[in-house]
Amino acid sequence: MSIFTRINRRSLTPYMFIAPALVVMAIVTIYPLIFQFWMSFTNYGLANLRQGAPAPDWVGLENYVKILTSELAIPNYSFLRLFLYNIFWALSNVTIHIILGVAIALLLNHPGLKLKRLYRALYVLPVLIPPIVVATTWRNMFNQDAGAVNMLLAMVGQIFHIPPDTFKLDWLRQVEDPISFIPLPLSYYAMLIANIWLGWPLNAVVATGALQAIPKDLYEAAEIDGAGKWASFKTITLTYLRPAMVPFAIYGFVVTFNLFSLAYFMSSGGPFGRTELLVTQAYRLVNERQLYAVGAAFAVVLFVILLTISLITNRLSKATARYDDF
Amino acid sequence: MTTSKRRSFREPSLLTKILLQLAAIGILITVLFPIIWVFSVSLSPLNLIRPDGLNLIPKDATLEAYLKVIDRPTSNPVSFIELAFNSLKIAGGTALASVSLGVLAAYPLSRLAFKGRTFIMLVILGVLMLPAVATLAPLFVTLNGIKLNLPILGAFNLRNSQLGVGIAIVSGSLPFAIWNLKGYLDTIPRELEEAAAVDGASQARIFRSIVLPLALPAIAVTGFLGFISGWTEFYYSWMFLTQPRDFTLAMALSAMTGTYASAIPWPLVSAFSIMLTLPPAIVYLLSQRFITGGLAVGSVKG
Repeated sequence: MSIFTRINRRSLTPYMFIAPALVVMAIVTIYPLIFQFWMSFTNYGLANLRQGAPAPDWVGLENYVKILTSELAIPNYSFLRLFLYNIFWALSNVTIHIILGVAIALLLNHPGLKLKRLYRALYVLPVLIPPIVVATTWRNMFNQDAGAVNMLLAMVGQIFHIPPDTFKLDWLRQVEDPISFIPLPLSYYAMLIANIWLGWPLNAVVATGALQAIPKDLYEAAEIDGAGKWASFKTITLTYLRPAMVPFAIYGFVVTFNLFSLAYFMSSGGPFGRTELLVTQAYRLVNERQLYAVGAAFAVVLFVILLTISLITNRLSKATARYDDF
Repeated sequence: MTTSKRRSFREPSLLTKILLQLAAIGILITVLFPIIWVFSVSLSPLNLIRPDGLNLIPKDATLEAYLKVIDRPTSNPVSFIELAFNSLKIAGGTALASVSLGVLAAYPLSRLAFKGRTFIMLVILGVLMLPAVATLAPLFVTLNGIKLNLPILGAFNLRNSQLGVGIAIVSGSLPFAIWNLKGYLDTIPRELEEAAAVDGASQARIFRSIVLPLALPAIAVTGFLGFISGWTEFYYSWMFLTQPRDFTLAMALSAMTGTYASAIPWPLVSAFSIMLTLPPAIVYLLSQRFITGGLAVGSVKG
């Protein structure tokens, strides 16, 4: 029986506790998921929606084939581009979040810094703002004519005698790539900036917690042993940071991978759907295009992708050693 | 030599201190810049076509944007209070439903051995992995097929109602609540419950008098997180609701910014953003201690 409270194995008590939640979940969560799976093999569309409408036809794997071979009759749709961009979006963001988060945590942990508590309190403000407000605000910040970003750039440019019209950048809609050998539109960089603003503070909070758990005498011991600053950073600081940062990086990857708000509200996926994510595409299929069956199949594909990601990351987090066995 | 080296380890030089302070202030400016900008635009007069410069306090600063937001923020005949009340109903109702059902389910999953336990845990974990968008199509289609006729509310289509939006939200927030509360209960020592069981207390009694009071921080946090996500919920309400009297704050904000950037009512959007952000931010700041203590897992459904 180990850790569980000793009760009669055939007692009905556990089921009485769990029954209300299970009944509700069965109706509002499990049934829709099963229905979704069925829908994904049909041509359920607007015509089947109204009451008394004929049942949709069974089309087998057609929806899946169309999704994966990019044959959907919607503009700018390419599954491979969507998938690769989505992975790159999440990876590039999380890498920057972690580096910045750790660097700023080191700064906040430095004995020479005054007003630490004030900085810590103010740095987490972005986290308190609802995602839809963050996305709307950054969309306005990157507005071509009236946005604060272009104005700020023009102000800084004036110091170097650069005419202010140089900075009339159409951040969210410009079609040409800003860096010719990197196939990413300007709106990617705008969204990256917005998401860096939003993402590093929580990383810094987690890293600060891990830094404070490092025994100070370890550094003194390393110093006595003649280790330089960089050597003790590598062997002590990074070793202690890893067990806290790796799970948080994985969590951050999944959150960023599915980050609906910026892609939907800031760039609306543009230009030409190049900053669309899988989740925003899934939403558009159902909400704008009323392709309910295709949307259902897309959600199943998304589920398989997320399942694969979590199996891989599970492996990764198990493979990274814990510090207490060193 | 050792002493001087040790001193340099403990006491950084003045130059280092100044550089550290400058770095911290620089970072603070980047954090606060968008927030201050929104605040400053929100003080601009309503006839402003678009912001024409970066001013902390704009020319002719006024609160008329806030008054307009309170009175009638969008072209629909609804006031801020009505929108906020709708958001409040959805957020409060879904948070209450998922936390109360969730804590009942979390107790046996954390404490009691029973058949099917592992299977239920696996199902919940699998559902948690799905982003909210992933069940949009089946929920829309299913709820759209249900016509209700209730005593007070009258006849309505479940899809085109706040009840329907609430049901869709609970479909994602209930599994999260169960998982988070179960994770917290796992960290509470069992000695008290075992002692009570030895004294002959029933499971219902143990749950009510021991587990429930101990789990209060986690219940508050799970409820708060549920409330926050309900307060700004967008996907379902935007997809389901068509009558202006049902609209929520998030829908109004999205409708205001529109598709055409040139038509943005700058001061109005900014004032609205601030009024939408303040209630949850204030609640968070007031209950910060409580919240960090009651968070058992780091997984939040997006």
